[in-house]
Amino acid sequence: MYSDNDFWMKSPMRIAAKYQKSTIILAAIAILSVAQAPGQATAIPTTRLINPEELVKLLEASGKEKPLMIQVGSHVLFSQAHIPGSEYIGPTSSESGVQQLRKRVESLPRTKFIVLYCGCCPWGHCPNVKPADDALRALGFSNVKVLYIADNFGVNWVDKGYPAAKGE
Amino acid sequence: MLIVAVAIVGTGAAVYSVRHHTSQFATSPSANHMAPDFILPQLDGQDLRLSSYRGKVVLLDFWASWCEPCRVETPHLIELQQKYGDRGLQIIGVSMDDSADPARAFYQQFHMNYPVVMGNAKTGELYGGVLGLPIGFLINRDGRIHAKHIGATDPAVVEKEIATLLQAP
Repeated sequence: MYSDNDFWMKSPMRIAAKYQKSTIILAAIAILSVAQAPGQATAIPTTRLINPEELVKLLEASGKEKPLMIQVGSHVLFSQAHIPGSEYIGPTSSESGVQQLRKRVESLPRTKFIVLYCGCCPWGHCPNVKPADDALRALGFSNVKVLYIADNFGVNWVDKGYPAAKGE
Repeated sequence: MLIVAVAIVGTGAAVYSVRHHTSQFATSPSANHMAPDFILPQLDGQDLRLSSYRGKVVLLDFWASWCEPCRVETPHLIELQQKYGDRGLQIIGVSMDDSADPARAFYQQFHMNYPVVMGNAKTGELYGGVLGLPIGFLINRDGRIHAKHIGATDPAVVEKEIATLLQAP
């Protein structure tokens, strides 16, 4: 028998991934985030999140400011699939990754529109986006969004048919 | 709190829609298809060839040291290897870490009792894209894929499947 039996499939967060109304998902995150540890992605305020659908619309819209998109996950995942035009920084769960991120943005105006994303794991288990968001906030960046990826980059981006690229 | 969240999400069922699309990205190998073969270096530097385990039930587990669900799952996999290894189970870990050092440290920390190879983007694509971890492929004694598990899977589910495959003629 071939099955995709999956513990996460049974969790509320996984169930949320099946639905595409961003407001519903963000509301669920807001409720669930209350009891989460401060280092987890779920501790990122919902006002700082952007959904995949919203980002795709933004990238496709003409005349709107395009964000600097930074992938803060592993290189193996990035080289398999990433958002076209995004830059690889490295996992910001490590201090070296955070340093790379600081180095990349240090010369940018603090109003620069930046989107951080990872997608290595289910949202509540991503070790990378929160440290990256914290680092940018500490540097004074005021226009930062974190891409909300419920399950992983494959399920919530590539499988949706959103723009994706392979390679370095 | 969870109940409220489920209720909110449940409301979203009314607006659920499925998108179909074509993609430049590989699709995952299907059930009953041969598991794509590979030769990859183990943490000790020696090569491991997947097809050399033909005749055993193989659980191919894609993981990484930074993956929190993988940390939860690994002790269960160690138990399964210990329990069913003599009956023909072979778990093979495929680390998707960017370098071997953190994978090696994880291996030692958890006292892993099954081989771990260093995977790469090519390996991921061979298995339909490993764009989130963990992902496990259960392979029967003939080398055919029996099941795919995305995310930290309920250990009882995996154990039941393994036991079934081990008993198969």
